[in-house]
Amino acid sequence: MLKIEKRAVDSRWMQLGSPLIATVLTLITGAVLFAALGHDPFNALYTFFVLPVSDLYGVTELGLKVTPLLLCAMGLMLCYQAKVWNIGAEGQFVIGALGGGIAALYLPSLGAASLWVTLLFGILAGMAWSALAALLKTRFAANEILTTIMLNYIALNLMLYAVHGPLKDPSGFNFPESAMLPANTMLSTLIDGYRLHVGFLIALLAMVSVWVVSARSMIGFQIKVLGEDERAAAFAGFSTNKLVWYVLLISGGLAGLAGIAEVAGPVGQLNPYVAAGYGYSAIIVVFLGRMNPVGILIASALLALTYMGGEMAQMQLGLPKSLTGLFQGMLLFFLLACDLFISYRVTWSQMKRVEV
Amino acid sequence: MDIDLIANILFATLRTGTPLILIALGELVAEKAGVLNLGQEGMVLMGAVSGFIVATVTGSLTLGVFAAIAAGLLMSLLFGVLAISLVSNQVATGLALTIFGTGLSAFVGASYVGQGIEGITPWIVPVLSDIPLVGKALFAQDPLVYLSWVLFIGVYLFFKKSRGGLVVRAVGENPEAANAVGMKVTRVRYAAVLFGGAMSGLAGGYLSLAYTPLWTEGMSAGRGWIALALVVFASWKVSRVMLGAYLFGAASIMHLVLQGLGFEVSPNLLAMLPYVATILVLMILANDAAKAKLNTPLSLGQPYRPQV
Repeated sequence: MLKIEKRAVDSRWMQLGSPLIATVLTLITGAVLFAALGHDPFNALYTFFVLPVSDLYGVTELGLKVTPLLLCAMGLMLCYQAKVWNIGAEGQFVIGALGGGIAALYLPSLGAASLWVTLLFGILAGMAWSALAALLKTRFAANEILTTIMLNYIALNLMLYAVHGPLKDPSGFNFPESAMLPANTMLSTLIDGYRLHVGFLIALLAMVSVWVVSARSMIGFQIKVLGEDERAAAFAGFSTNKLVWYVLLISGGLAGLAGIAEVAGPVGQLNPYVAAGYGYSAIIVVFLGRMNPVGILIASALLALTYMGGEMAQMQLGLPKSLTGLFQGMLLFFLLACDLFISYRVTWSQMKRVEV
Repeated sequence: MDIDLIANILFATLRTGTPLILIALGELVAEKAGVLNLGQEGMVLMGAVSGFIVATVTGSLTLGVFAAIAAGLLMSLLFGVLAISLVSNQVATGLALTIFGTGLSAFVGASYVGQGIEGITPWIVPVLSDIPLVGKALFAQDPLVYLSWVLFIGVYLFFKKSRGGLVVRAVGENPEAANAVGMKVTRVRYAAVLFGGAMSGLAGGYLSLAYTPLWTEGMSAGRGWIALALVVFASWKVSRVMLGAYLFGAASIMHLVLQGLGFEVSPNLLAMLPYVATILVLMILANDAAKAKLNTPLSLGQPYRPQV
């Protein structure tokens, strides 16, 4: 009969193979789903996963969506390496957008420097929001999963309040949105006529910086020890609380940067839909990317593609846009199931008859 | 404030607290058995969307409620297979369940957004419901509110009086020892998780069929998470779940109170209250963290693999 047994050593092959198998399983399930909905499965998969990036416009749009995912995910990577379960990138993103947006709209113009001030305010606002979670965890021992999720809902309601109330554009036909940001606070585009902006390069730079911190610095080492074994970290004299603050502030700052880059990039104003779930999708990105920067970059592209695929499937096939969330959810589930085979394997054990 | 207003606030508090009671009771049972399922939010959403679709298609609210329960059960079964049988990390699996449930419910419910339905009507007890102040709150609610009281008493007695309650607790405290004296740890954990799923599904059905009879994406609005905090708040004591749920219910309907008092506050700011309250509760709990730890099921969150 089939039996699951623990491997003596974790399988390195499965560590890398698992995301690939999970992706393939998601595609197969997607094909079955499309067929069940009366669509030609191959055409539908093509529409979802290939058509969106079949021209330069598509590729630049992919980069546009990779930007917030990559920024959020790199911060979450540090948190999860330390086993600090920050689910709050979404809220930190929203507050970053709000803080940076307010700075852009209301601070006097500083010419070209205004953009940097705007970005800085976004980063600081995101950090302030994650600092709340850090304070609650280190000072009050409150579970960070619950606090960061609550902070997400509070952040969203703050944004709703802002754009329905004090920040509402008086000439905006009563839509819940702010005025457009001044031109000198906007990120310039990389290619004329396309929306991809400098934020993409900043995200790549951030990826490399976090990589260096994680792989080459003492702090990065301490973070990993803390994640592996909290008691070992304590014995080695590392301050657990300091590390918790560290990872949460970095991840909040990066998520805040992602938020303001979205506002100062493609969106151009504050509205309640800025976050678009990037902060939640980034969680999947980290797991799919094996908590490794290169893996995370690839996983960001895949998750960015599910956003575009959802939009494409809506336009071309008349399917609901929420297909995006469904594909992301399936991907994470299959990944978890496949991950089990990193440390377990299935064996065929024969029932032995015992002779007496 | 006049008497009618207070009566209405009490009525609304109990209604708003009902889904929280259901979810928290289910999660409490699962946690007592040592399983931490963070997938409540996903299960509630699947319950809400399934209940609404079935009720809309068949025209039967009763079938809708059963569909909601079934959806919650199926979702928790998925969790059980991964987290109990395949010993995956419970935190990650629960999160995945929520993300998956959020996505799947939005997908299957997309064409039902904006449709209305005749919701579950209250069962008004004659005479008693005319008692001033509390009559409306206690005797003019819909059947699911009454059911939540029955379930509350049921779970309370289960842990207080029954052998089954002892078994669940033993499995949650020390699965190895429970196994050694012949208890079926895996089976008990499955049962507890499935009960949690059914309760979350029911809570979803309550939301989409009674509380606000319609379906919108993400309509549970974090109630699954609030209920998780509620279990911590109740320090795993059944009797405190109801109190906590109604306190949160009261926080959620503050706008009614403030309007009654003649204040004008932005609805978006008031909408934050339950979430702020949750954080405050987690902060206050820190003061008797040691006491809370005593009540935490010892093996909570730790997978158990039977040694063959």
